[in-house]
Formats: sequence, C-alpha cells, structure tokens
Amino acid sequence: MAPGEVYGFLGPNGAGKTTTVRMLVTLLLPTGGHARVAGHDVATEPGLVRRRIGVALQEAALDPLMTGSELIELQATLHGIAPRTVRARGSQLMERVGLSGAAGRRAGTYSGGMRRRLDLAMALIHEPEVLFLDEPTTGLDPTSRLTLWDEVRRLRDDGTTVFLTTQYLEEADQLCDRLGIIADGRIVADGTPAALKADIGRPHLDLVLADGSDLSAAREVVTRFGDQRPSTEGCHLSIALAHGAADIAPILRALDDADFVVAELELKQPTLDDVFLDKTGEHLEGADEPEAAVPEVV
Amino acid sequence: MRRATVALARRALVNAFRRPQFLAPLVLFPSLFLAINVGGLGATRELDGFPAVDGFLDYQLAAAILQSLLIGGVTAGIAAALDIEEGFFDRLVASPTPRIAIVLGRVLAASVIAFLQVVYFLVLGFVFGASIKGGVVGVACVLAIGVVAGTGFGAIGVLIALRARNASTVQGIFPLVFVVLFISSAFFPLELLSAPADVIARYNPLSFIADGMRQPIAFSNEAWPVVQGLLAAAGIAAASIGLSLLALRGRLRRA
Repeated sequence: MAPGEVYGFLGPNGAGKTTTVRMLVTLLLPTGGHARVAGHDVATEPGLVRRRIGVALQEAALDPLMTGSELIELQATLHGIAPRTVRARGSQLMERVGLSGAAGRRAGTYSGGMRRRLDLAMALIHEPEVLFLDEPTTGLDPTSRLTLWDEVRRLRDDGTTVFLTTQYLEEADQLCDRLGIIADGRIVADGTPAALKADIGRPHLDLVLADGSDLSAAREVVTRFGDQRPSTEGCHLSIALAHGAADIAPILRALDDADFVVAELELKQPTLDDVFLDKTGEHLEGADEPEAAVPEVV
Repeated sequence: MRRATVALARRALVNAFRRPQFLAPLVLFPSLFLAINVGGLGATRELDGFPAVDGFLDYQLAAAILQSLLIGGVTAGIAAALDIEEGFFDRLVASPTPRIAIVLGRVLAASVIAFLQVVYFLVLGFVFGASIKGGVVGVACVLAIGVVAGTGFGAIGVLIALRARNASTVQGIFPLVFVVLFISSAFFPLELLSAPADVIARYNPLSFIADGMRQPIAFSNEAWPVVQGLLAAAGIAAASIGLSLLALRGRLRRA
C-alpha cells in the first residue's frame, strides 16, 4: 500500500479478509510469511505497529455500559495521550463524527450507525498513520453509510492511509484508490478499480433466450463473436464482445437465423463484479446490496 | 503502564457498579449463608474440639468474608470473559497498552471490591453483635488478608476467562468454589472434620486464609495465624497473576 491511499480489500464472506486484518493489526500471529505495517514487522515489532495504527473491527466492540465520552477518554489514555489533552481531543472527535449530543449516553443505547461512528472516533484518537476498517458499513442504513464514506474520504484527504475491507462492490468502487480481491485466502487481483475494469476490457452482452431454448446450441452460434462467461442461470448467455457494440446486430442476426428467440438483451460495461467474476469464476455474494440501498444524492 | 492500569481498573469498577446483578451475589449469598449458619448451627460451639469464642457469629464471620471474596473472583472472571466475548478485549490488545496492564487493571479492581466486601462484612458483624478482639490492628489484619486474597481470586477468575474465552464456562466454576470452601476450615475447625476432609483442609490454602482472618476477629492478634493467612493469600495472588499473564500471552499467539 502507498502512504495516504485508501486500499480496499474485497472478497466474499469467509474469503479471509478479517483474518488478514487481524494479522495486520497484531491480534493474530501469522503462521507464515511477513507483513509490515507503517514500516514495522507485525510479528517481530507488534508494539511499534500498534502505536501507529487505528483499528475499527467488524463488530464495533464497545462496552455498552460506558458512555461515549468515557470510552473515547479510555482509548486516549490507553494510547498514552497526555491527561490534559484527553478531554479536549475526545470532544473534538465526538463533534467530528456527529456524536457530541450523545457523548454522555451509554454506548448500549446507540444505534448501529452511532456505534460505528464512535468506533471510528476511538480509532482516530491518536491520529494513526494507518487506519484499519473491517467492513465498516455492513449492516448500516444508507444515510449512516454515506456519512462513513464521507469521513473516509476526509481522512484520505488529511493524509491517513486507510485499509478497508468490504464485501460491497460500490463501496470499493467509490472509496478505494486501489483494490485487492481475495478469494479462498489468496489475492487474485490487485490494482486501481479503473485498471482492474480495463483489464476485463471489453463490454459484454447479456442475453436471455426464450424458455426451452437449447443453450449449448446457442453457445455454438455465438462462439465466434467473443469469449463466453460462465452462467448459472437457465437460458442466459454472456458474451465479451470482441468489437464492442458493433457485434450486437450480427449476434442477433445469427441467433435469429438459427431460430433462437431472444427474450431480453443488455449491453454492460465492465464492473467490479465482472472483475470479480473474471478472477474468481463467481459473482460476489450480496454485491448488489449497497447499490439498491444507497439513495441517490442530488 | 500505571496510567493504563488505573484507567482499566477504574473502568472495571464503574462497570461493576453499573451491573448490580454482578455485585448483589457478593453480599447476598454470603449474608444469607451467614444468617442460616449462625441461626441454625450455633449449637456446634458446644461440641468437643470447638474453640472457645464469645459468639458463633464471631467464628463464622471469616467464613462469610472468604465466601464473598471467592464469589467476587468468579464475578471478575465473568466480566473479563464478557470483554472477550464482546470484542472489547481485542480493542485493548490492539492498543499499545502494556499487556500486563490489561490483567493488572482487572485485578486492581478486584482488590478495591475486596476491600469493600471485607468492610461490609465487618460492619454487618458489628451491627449484629460480633466483636473484633484484635481492635483496630485486628481490623487492619483482616482487611490486609481479605484484600490480598480477593486480588488472588480475581486473578484466578481472569485466568479462567482467558482460557475459557466465554462467560458461561467461568460461571460454571461457581459450584466448585463451594466445594473447595467446604473442604477447608472456613466453617468448622479442623478437629471437627472427618477424614479425608480434615487432611485436605489441613493443606487447603483457604484454611490458612480463613484462620488468618478469624484469629483477630474471634481470638487475638496472635501473629503466626495472621502471617500464615497473609502468605497463603499472597501466594495465591502471585501465582494466579503470573499464570494470567502467561495465559494472556498464549491467547495472543493462539487468537
């Protein structure tokens, strides 16, 4: 990762995202290999790593019996922040994440979004060089999600390096300067979202044939127009177009000549889901959730 | 490290007082047990081998304190296990806080609660007619042994929490606490126990702690039982804190 960038770690549930984060934040000892965070080895210099990182894990681990301000002041003390600045720094951060009004309330009474924001404020109390956010928006309502995205962008603008895991494609696309795709514990792709999509290159044509069509015969017909992608759906064909949109009419004519009836068609530009499909052979489970949930900002 | 330890101890104490369901058993169970014992078993004072005491309450007070301290250890363990279950422990471990402060913070809180437990039972005993034969010095001796023992029991709770990683397992040791307490001289003198309980009780460190606290309450400030009680409590505290630190280290490697 380059300093000051937002690096997204994208993968389905169980791919190894959280395990990787737990190793990088020194909660788990790697069984092999090496990793350096902020210039220090996570296995041999964990203390130095901990001083330079902020961590907000998957479940906002907040003591429900403590108030927001008590929690943030405790976190400041644990990071060795001078007692006379603890309160001022805590108040400043609570204001930044929009929790000033709830600072005196116990964390157990906070909503999911408020808990995430408090968790983020606690992770930022010592102004870390590298911030780890493990699926920070999972389970959040659309408004809270957008607020958190804004805060991540602001952190990047301030020069903080952010390592973010997510299972949401749109989140990765919107927030990350660079992405790593993990599947079954291995990184299968790494690059900027634009570069990864460009690697896929060509747009593809999704076709749905009329019920009862012989799919293998249809595949034979369109095979000369481009590579076909795997599909789990019944009468669905997906073709990476060798010559872009110019291939649409010839494909339709060829199918028509072979007596196939096309029920639906759609031309799609490459997305991160296509990248994911291309690299792993599978769609990302739940990939559409945020797209459906995030309101359009006018 | 001192600041982090104090901050974590303060947090553990604040939590304890915000969870009345955790504090109540520390006083309710032993108080009820004390009332039942004193009310129903007072005639045992007449048995041969029972030492001469002014009242059965004087004799049983140390047992009630010890019982309360042991329950306090279980409670400290449950609180630590809840931190692990709820992920708060990970937050502590991912911070640059010295590892030892994570254990010592919890143990220091157990010490403060132990102090309050001992004071509560001494006041209770005083209200219901017990007399502290050792006077102010005797009270100080009981407090010293009680606080050190409470610290040790708290550390045992933390040790079990670090090993078990869940609160229900820690809670499961609760009945065991009673078994260990009953095979000591906490409730009755060694001379009145049958074999093999008398043999086990003779070497049970809880016997030394109970006798050490009982000596200044019911008899006098004779030094040796008090020193033995203090040594037994200190031994338990040192061993359990050490083992807790080792368990924390092991947990971090296995996590």
